[in-house]
Amino acid sequence: MKLFEYEAKTIFSKYGIPTPSGGLATSPSQAGEIATQIDAPVVVKAQVLVAGRGKAGGILFAQSPLEAEIAARKLLSAEIKGSRVQSVLVEERVLVRKELYCGITIDRSSRGYVVIASSEGGMEIEEIAAAMPEKIVKVFIDSSYGFRPYHAIQIAKKLDYAGSQMLNLANIFLNQFKIAMEYDAELVEMNPLIEMPEGKFVAADTRLIIDDSALYRHPEFKKRLTEEAEHELSPQELEARKSGLAYVKLDGDVGVIGNGAGLVMATLDMIQLYGGKPANFLDVGGGASADMMALALNLVLSDPGVRVVFINILGGITRCDEIAKGILETRRRIGFLKPMVIRLVGTNEEEGRRILTEGGIHVLDSMEEAAKRAVEIATTEG
Amino acid sequence: MGILVDNHTKAVVQGITGTQGSFHTELMLDYGTQIVAGTSPGKGGTQVHGVPVYDTVEEAVKKHEANASIIFVPAPFAADASIEAMEAGLKIIVIITEHIPVKDAIQIMACAKRHGVNVIGPNTPGVITPGECKLGIMPAHVFKSGVVGMASRSGTLTYEVAVGLSARGLGQSTCIGLGGDPIVGLTFVEVLKKFEDDEHTKAVALIGEIGGNLEELAADFISTGGYAKPVVAFIAGRTAPPGKRMGHAGAIIMGGAGTARSKIEAFQKAGVGVAERPSDVARMLADALR
Repeated sequence: MKLFEYEAKTIFSKYGIPTPSGGLATSPSQAGEIATQIDAPVVVKAQVLVAGRGKAGGILFAQSPLEAEIAARKLLSAEIKGSRVQSVLVEERVLVRKELYCGITIDRSSRGYVVIASSEGGMEIEEIAAAMPEKIVKVFIDSSYGFRPYHAIQIAKKLDYAGSQMLNLANIFLNQFKIAMEYDAELVEMNPLIEMPEGKFVAADTRLIIDDSALYRHPEFKKRLTEEAEHELSPQELEARKSGLAYVKLDGDVGVIGNGAGLVMATLDMIQLYGGKPANFLDVGGGASADMMALALNLVLSDPGVRVVFINILGGITRCDEIAKGILETRRRIGFLKPMVIRLVGTNEEEGRRILTEGGIHVLDSMEEAAKRAVEIATTEG
Repeated sequence: MGILVDNHTKAVVQGITGTQGSFHTELMLDYGTQIVAGTSPGKGGTQVHGVPVYDTVEEAVKKHEANASIIFVPAPFAADASIEAMEAGLKIIVIITEHIPVKDAIQIMACAKRHGVNVIGPNTPGVITPGECKLGIMPAHVFKSGVVGMASRSGTLTYEVAVGLSARGLGQSTCIGLGGDPIVGLTFVEVLKKFEDDEHTKAVALIGEIGGNLEELAADFISTGGYAKPVVAFIAGRTAPPGKRMGHAGAIIMGGAGTARSKIEAFQKAGVGVAERPSDVARMLADALR
């Protein structure tokens, strides 16, 4: 789960990491009031969960409270990369001597956390890594003894700091790691972490992503999860989340339902291979009941872009007869307006086929053949 | 024959009294797997499908000389169960549980390294050596004893390919689900090493997907050390958009890394055949073994 910048900053402050002074505004006048209190040039930042906000026009500068109000009005009526802006963070503009980067994330190959820092902050870490890999410092953490003070000092030293500045910076890194551990973070990032002209450090922008599987340990974010969903997801994706279905909206016209993430991904690939475009990813999971199948089918049919639905089931713990019943039940309830291609093999295959054939629905048994057929229908019946 | 599990495997089912644990215990017993004990704290002394239940793994291991464990306990307790099994001396741990926090998975893997344990999963369908031992939740009927070693990051896609191999009479020596999570125990590289040493395995099928770099590491391993047996790979997710999780927690393209293209190119460079369609895997392996 992604946190908004202002939420992440509240946590950073709690852990003793300096952030610019400021406040959250949901109206232009409120933004003006915060700027008046700050009594200095400010930055007005759209609170959205998408990355690359700056380039998309989500960060504006203001010299006066009036300018801050105008900037807030502009942002609060805007959409940044498809996300509606609900609030803006108004902060004192920080003077910059140098922009640094420090991120903590999960490294799959070493099966542990990795701390990544750079003296060239301000742009995306992937860009830094591509443009100047020599400017990146990485420390892989052994989980039996964790991220130690000497690790933090080594990093600060490699970023060319010495004396008390080096120690201050190391302390910030240690606190950042503490956040990562205590919030079950997938990513904790300061970018940029600014060195000000007088030598102090301040985290000007922060990101915090919490591991969804660990949310039961952080009940305070339960409500936020729903808000995030409403911000970022399509109506179908939202409905799927509520029903416990794995659904991703894509931009083609062949609706897809299958059982198992890998099988569904491969199904999308087959559709593309035969010249079609998938409309979605939908995994009904293992052992789906007729009700679950009906729910999934309803969801895919509710997408107006879908011209044909391709159902690809390889029954293991999933039973083909349950899938067949779910399909017929949906048809009985809403009546089909869209053609379907069904591939059904595995557990209780004969019974599933019988149910569908008696209902006048043709069943195929090769995934490739079915993918071809679905693409044909999508391209000819447009 | 095969690797990791065979007819000498004696397994404990952790979480045997739960719905899933009990259901799959019966199916594993039906297959002929030696399930010697189960655990469920507070339910020691009872039985599930004739299997004695204990409060702790330590007791179960002492009484029944178990050497493997399969874990069905809910995510919040899965790390505890895994570490308990490893400290009790079990060397093969299959973690079926999905949605284990990454921080917990990291702890599990650190413990496995210290104790020299082969962890399969989390979020895996398990491991099967057809005809001998099924330690998992996969549908048994798609597998036939044979010569192809399989390792996969996806359940149903494995069954899809296994059906093809069985139909061509190639069958499988052992089939391992590595797990769909970002942090998993056994990887393609470790499994490739084990298959290379197994005399019954004549060829290897690798089923990968987007996310992470396990496939790239496998390609690197094959191209640098050379590999004695034919390998064919299939990668799911050529059409997956970046930044979206495709069903599995681990199936996500982040910051341009973990794309299907990068994995396919890595395998092709290493001289590994990459199947365009799942059904091509069996055909390509049959050609290679001819």
